[in-house]
Amino acid sequence: MTELKHYFAPTSLDQAVECLKDGDVTILAGGTDLTPQSQAGRIKIKHTLMNIRHIPQLTGITLEGREIRIGALATITEIMEHPLVREHLPVLVEACDHFASDQIRNAGTIGGNICNASPAGDTLIPLLVLDASVELASMPEAKLYRHSMPLSTFFVGPGKTRKSLCELVTGVRIPLPAPGHVARFFKLGTRPALDISTISIGVAGTLKDGVLSNARVAFGAVAPTPTRAAQTEQALEGQRLDAATIERVAAVARDEVKPIDDVRATAWYRKEMIHNITKRILSHVAQA
Amino acid sequence: MSLKHDIEFTLNGVKRHVSVDVTMNALAMLRDVIGLTGTKYGCGEGECGACTIQVDGVSLNSCLMFAVDCDGRNVTTIEGLANDSKADALRESFVEHGAVQCGFCTPGMIMQADHLLHKHPHADEACVKRGIEGNLCRCTGYKKIVDAIVAVDGA
Ligand SMILES: Cc1cc2nc3c(=O)[nH]c(=O)nc-3n(C[C@H](O)[C@H](O)[C@H](O)COP(=O)(O)OP(=O)(O)OC[C@H]3O[C@@H](n4cnc5c(N)ncnc54)[C@H](O)[C@@H]3O)c2cc1C
Ligand code: FES
Ligand code: FES
Repeated sequence: MTELKHYFAPTSLDQAVECLKDGDVTILAGGTDLTPQSQAGRIKIKHTLMNIRHIPQLTGITLEGREIRIGALATITEIMEHPLVREHLPVLVEACDHFASDQIRNAGTIGGNICNASPAGDTLIPLLVLDASVELASMPEAKLYRHSMPLSTFFVGPGKTRKSLCELVTGVRIPLPAPGHVARFFKLGTRPALDISTISIGVAGTLKDGVLSNARVAFGAVAPTPTRAAQTEQALEGQRLDAATIERVAAVARDEVKPIDDVRATAWYRKEMIHNITKRILSHVAQA
Repeated sequence: MSLKHDIEFTLNGVKRHVSVDVTMNALAMLRDVIGLTGTKYGCGEGECGACTIQVDGVSLNSCLMFAVDCDGRNVTTIEGLANDSKADALRESFVEHGAVQCGFCTPGMIMQADHLLHKHPHADEACVKRGIEGNLCRCTGYKKIVDAIVAVDGA
């Protein structure tokens, strides 16, 4: 890796992916992760610092067919105030509302939250239970190439994703929830503001006559990546949400997660909280 | 040698042309390059809000922003509120309510409160408390600050 030699602020997607071709580029969006990480020396800025703020294709929140597309540069504030998101994706609004502080919500972007790939990233849990996919752009040959990937397969470790060094995240796509869709998010921290999640939980599915189908469960801050919980989902699928089922599913959730001890909490505490809060969320869902 | 880049932006209504280190944050540029020391350095990592400025009409932490990212944008610091009637009302209310003790948090508080009152001109206590979650004050205990902001009619 070479020293920082070049600053570039492309005004089109083509220019940006062309610049990314050699892979020796650090991408700058809102800067709320990159500024402290680079100033503290936790990451080293590569040959080129590329500021993506002036690329129009990365902005906006729109309805495209049966999907809501959120541009990578949409800030947490823009997302939580947008009428489309408020109407169709209240669970995402909920997560944005518990994100950092007003100043950080005004600067931080969803693309940055996804690419920073923190196990505690707050938008990631609702995005996972909403079946979101990540849009990627690159220029393998002389032409712009775009594809997308389910968010559930995107994360590989803390700060690590399946995005190659030559790829840019251009946005996320979320299928419009069907009628009867319910979704809930809960973030547990030690104080309401400016707190990294100790654990977070997202639950979603379609509720019909008390029975939950297409069950989705995701946990934050209990594994190296934000993850879907396959066993818990399986235990929930097609079940009537009565007290016995809820207790059983919460126990499966506690056994499924493999958290670590760290400064924010012990593994034991996280497992207990996964159990208790899964139970609480499912009781709320049952009443929806 | 560190890489420099020339940027041009509007600072408190005036066009500025500066050459900055590409890795420098906006807070360091404001204080050390331009010499506007009203914006404070508290923590340098987004926790305290002492460095709050407004960029293109929204408040953010200047310590979490690359200085080069100011290029082409409209930046307001506490100095830029000197002749602003809404900010005058806020300042007077802070004085009246005794919301300033050591004063270190005050520029950031005023910048954030000003942004809040633009969005919610009649912010109530709950709204003000949420709005200043990203601003720490080590002296006042917040009550007087919250009262001072609530008392201002931002319309
Ligand atoms: C005090 C503090 C509190 C915080 N609280 C929270 C919190 O409560 N919840 C939470 O989830 N996060 C929190 N964060 C983390 C941070 O604010 C978020 O992760 C934010 O969404 C990052 O977005 P950004 O635009 O600022 O990213 P940047 O800092 O600009 O970028 C982050 C990373 O993503 C890469 N990147 C950015 N955009 C793209 C793209 N489009 N394509 C490819 N790569 C890209 C960058 O290269 C960098 O590695 C906090 C941070 C601080 C400093
Ligand atoms: S100095 Fe920027 S938030 Fe503390
Ligand atoms: S008045 Fe001293 S920090 Fe707020």
